[in-house]
Amino acid sequence: MLKIIEVEARLFVRDRLNSLFSLLFPCLLLLVLGAVPALRTPAPEFGGLRFIDSYVSSLVVVTLVFIGLQRLPAVVATYREKGVLRRLSTTPMHPARLLLGQLVVNFAAAILSVLLTIVVAYVVFGVDLPHHPLGLAAAVVLGGAGTFALGLVIAALAPNARAAGGWATVVFMLLMFFGGVYLPRFMLPSVVQAIGSYTPPGVEALQQAWLGTAPDWRHLAIMGLVSLVAGTVAARTFRWE
Amino acid sequence: MAIIEVRDLGKRYGPKTAVDSVSFEVAEGEIFGILGPNGAGKTTTVECVSGLRTPDQGSVSVLGRPPADVRPAIGVQLQESELPERIRVSEALSLFSSFYPSPADWSERLGLSPHLKAEYGQLSGGLKQRLSIALALIGSPRVAILDELTTGLDPQARRDTWSLIEEVRSAGVTILLVTHFMEEAERLCDRVAVFRDGRIVALDTPSGLVSKVDGATRVRFVPSVALDVALLQVLPEVTAVDLVGEQIVVSGSENLLHAVTSLLARKQIVARQLRVDQVSLDDAYVELTGGSGAEDH
Repeated sequence: MLKIIEVEARLFVRDRLNSLFSLLFPCLLLLVLGAVPALRTPAPEFGGLRFIDSYVSSLVVVTLVFIGLQRLPAVVATYREKGVLRRLSTTPMHPARLLLGQLVVNFAAAILSVLLTIVVAYVVFGVDLPHHPLGLAAAVVLGGAGTFALGLVIAALAPNARAAGGWATVVFMLLMFFGGVYLPRFMLPSVVQAIGSYTPPGVEALQQAWLGTAPDWRHLAIMGLVSLVAGTVAARTFRWE
Repeated sequence: MAIIEVRDLGKRYGPKTAVDSVSFEVAEGEIFGILGPNGAGKTTTVECVSGLRTPDQGSVSVLGRPPADVRPAIGVQLQESELPERIRVSEALSLFSSFYPSPADWSERLGLSPHLKAEYGQLSGGLKQRLSIALALIGSPRVAILDELTTGLDPQARRDTWSLIEEVRSAGVTILLVTHFMEEAERLCDRVAVFRDGRIVALDTPSGLVSKVDGATRVRFVPSVALDVALLQVLPEVTAVDLVGEQIVVSGSENLLHAVTSLLARKQIVARQLRVDQVSLDDAYVELTGGSGAEDH
């Protein structure tokens, strides 16, 4: 199993463009936005915070959604389409181990990216370190699990890698929208804001854990539920070839 | 002792029957060929033997057990199964060798050594094929199942692969070989099962298959003086006599040539432009599978 994770990690890193994007893009976005003086000035719309403060949770959304929906389903669907999973089925190693390896590597990359964002936000812009680290960890893990599970549902149901890419991109766009990535959340109608609290990866819980006092346990529970349901659907419907 | 036993195997996909009452046994150390046109059920059969598919009917056992229970003892090379684009040859080899208790390294023998650092996506078709063979043999299997082994290889590489297969067999490995190259079957296989429409239509040694074909030998000649065809037709060795222009074409069994020439000698007729054709496995195959569409039985 360790060997699989090692090889999957090498393959992840070797895909330079995608790995750099998933690790560094949120930080770059933060640096670019933070370079605009108006976004570094506290304003009443952000509840007396700065734009970049209110946006950090959306950066975490970018990371989780990109890895969970742009990377994971594409790789998994390609593995199936190219017969990699079929090939492994003939060995004593069950191909599920390969998917597990994928999850581990992608999850590790997501966590690394979030840590990097926290450090850059703190060092460069003086954004507070997470107020409730445990809460943030829970929000990232559960939100990530929910997003990854959705990615796996797409990989399971899509007829081929192309379709998986297409479907995943639609969901990716929607989740970015609800996660306040395109437009900051304060500009969104309250209905959309409310929806965004419950769509993976759960921007509200991330924001509350980082700059509020603690995440709302109901938001976390919903993410847990989404992961469970989507994970079950993916496992039930997954085809190995 | 039979190392592979297939009894009354049946497999359907929806309304389509892919394999129907197929039975055969493969002895230890044998190279057993599976021949047949596309869609004849060859791949489905070997997929059942490799434990990839569960039969709907009948049973398959390898080393006396269900194939799924003896995976480490079965090495499989499949059609249409690739590896991740960017995995290196060395990584694929070390990954697959981590799945088995006593891995064997065939990369040197298969000429992969100079390409260990190359990524899978950059390999030529022939090298991909060789890597695939190396991965099938990496677990030191007792049974190797090779599907379309030499497809995509150039003639030299194909011959190299054949001698590799003979080497593997002499190491005691039993080989189940799916192929559509008659030359390959003739050269390598101890016995061959010919598939057609999901069934086995013939199972014999390659030369046995050839000898079963009616009119396996053909003698053509132009007689120096007119010859009464009826004289040829009464010979027990002759199955058919045709006239093509002034040429006489006689078909029959193995001793045909001797029978025909003795007759001509007795009649003091000289056979001009004498030619003898032996039916090849190719012809036998076409006749058995009705591949040409000319003969159907």
